[in-house]
Amino acid sequence: MRRVAVVGIGQSRFGELWEKSFRDIVIEAGVEALEDANISGEEIEAIYVGNMSGGRYLAQEHIGALIADYSGLAELGIPSVRVEAADASGGVAFREAYLAVASGLYDVAIAAGAEKVTDVGAELAIDIMSSSADREWEYFVGATLPALYALIARVHMKEFGTKEEDMALVSVKNHKNAVKNPKAQFRREISVDDVLRSPYIAEPIKVLDSAPISDGAAVVILASDEIAKKLTDTPVYVSAVTQASDYLSLQSRKDLASFKAVKMAAKKAYKLAKIEAKDVDVAEMHDSFTIAEIIAYEDLGFCEKGEGAKMIREGETEVGGRIPVNVSGGLKACGHATGATGVRQIVDLVRILRDGIVDAETGLALNLGGTGATAVVSILRR
Amino acid sequence: MLPRFWRKIKYRYRLVGSYCENCGEYYHPPRNLCPKCRRKGSIKEVPLGSEGTILSYTVVHDAPDDFKLQKPYVVGLVKLDCGAVVTAQICCKPEEVEIGKRVRAVFRKYSEEGEDGIIYYGTKFELI
Ligand SMILES: [Zn+2]
Repeated sequence: MRRVAVVGIGQSRFGELWEKSFRDIVIEAGVEALEDANISGEEIEAIYVGNMSGGRYLAQEHIGALIADYSGLAELGIPSVRVEAADASGGVAFREAYLAVASGLYDVAIAAGAEKVTDVGAELAIDIMSSSADREWEYFVGATLPALYALIARVHMKEFGTKEEDMALVSVKNHKNAVKNPKAQFRREISVDDVLRSPYIAEPIKVLDSAPISDGAAVVILASDEIAKKLTDTPVYVSAVTQASDYLSLQSRKDLASFKAVKMAAKKAYKLAKIEAKDVDVAEMHDSFTIAEIIAYEDLGFCEKGEGAKMIREGETEVGGRIPVNVSGGLKACGHATGATGVRQIVDLVRILRDGIVDAETGLALNLGGTGATAVVSILRR
Repeated sequence: MLPRFWRKIKYRYRLVGSYCENCGEYYHPPRNLCPKCRRKGSIKEVPLGSEGTILSYTVVHDAPDDFKLQKPYVVGLVKLDCGAVVTAQICCKPEEVEIGKRVRAVFRKYSEEGEDGIIYYGTKFELI
């Protein structure tokens, strides 16, 4: 495997983009990435696009072809592949594009992620999100996606004494970080009280513990080391992208207070990147629900098992702390454009490392699908 | 959604699952292949028993239309005495549910599809 770098990044704003269509936002992100890489497009040899549910949100399948078409790349006839792994679709698309360039198959490839959710009502959007868990044996009994994360949260609280206030702190931190991110959906601070007073969706998870479901698109251009050096003085190198699976439904898992797939993907990623958890300077994590960020601190090895709540309480993951997490605002405040999120995390990580938004050399991104049945861990270095 | 429901009706109504004769593990929902033994496994259909313990629970307040009449309702993970875990609703008041409480399976209505639609039944649990 050869060295691969990110040479261009682009992103639409995340949020309720009523005036924009699916293809509009993808092209917006794509053009920004091309400009960032300073290439015109004919260098691109393949497209991998993460999309969770075009079929149900837009009644549009064949997303790969649609994107090749509207990005003008159908003219070149290059392959375009849609990747689906629920809200880890973007992370998996990034991994596929990375592997294709690392293997030597292509010199330049695109990883895109896109979702347009606001064409359907909120009711149906929750229904679609719940398709990322086991439809027949979880959703059937009324176990929605928030309910499943609530079951996880309850076990973590019981085993380790994690409190609703600790989860609220994750939301407060991520909102605070998003104020500085012009592409974020919610650029306003909230207080612990705001979170605690927001209504329960599924106890102990409240409205302000949950990321919104948003419209958005993100694009990353990957290139071989040789090409990257010609294009830019500031490539950000991809040290590892790993993926692991767990049982789809919670009832089949042995340990409910941790994500096995995260532990496995992280272990492999650290090995490939030849680093340890303590070498990570900054991270983007999958805070679809605040409890997931707390558990991820533990499963990624940033603290001991059961000490995730202590990490947020002591401010270790704030900007300026030992390891800033979700400097972008995370899914909670950037917005969660499901299939786009995994690519958006890479865009932000590159931005953070390359533009020196925090002082960091090594960054990690964690993207989860559903209740963690898919986990993708990426490690980037400047 | 209807054929998908009827196909598994036996397992929903009577809490029937799978047992691997090679490793002794019980599974719910039913599996055709033992994840521990894979090809070496030998799966048999068995009743899973009806009593167990609550592993975790949540009170759902924001529910999809199909469940709106039952709001708020309790969903739990119940570990049956054979070891298999079931995700199901627990028929009790939100303030009564606790991790570790003993429960027994009962046959109950789950949801209705539309105005004059189909009624879905399945296994719920009640506190012992
Ligand atoms: Zn077996």
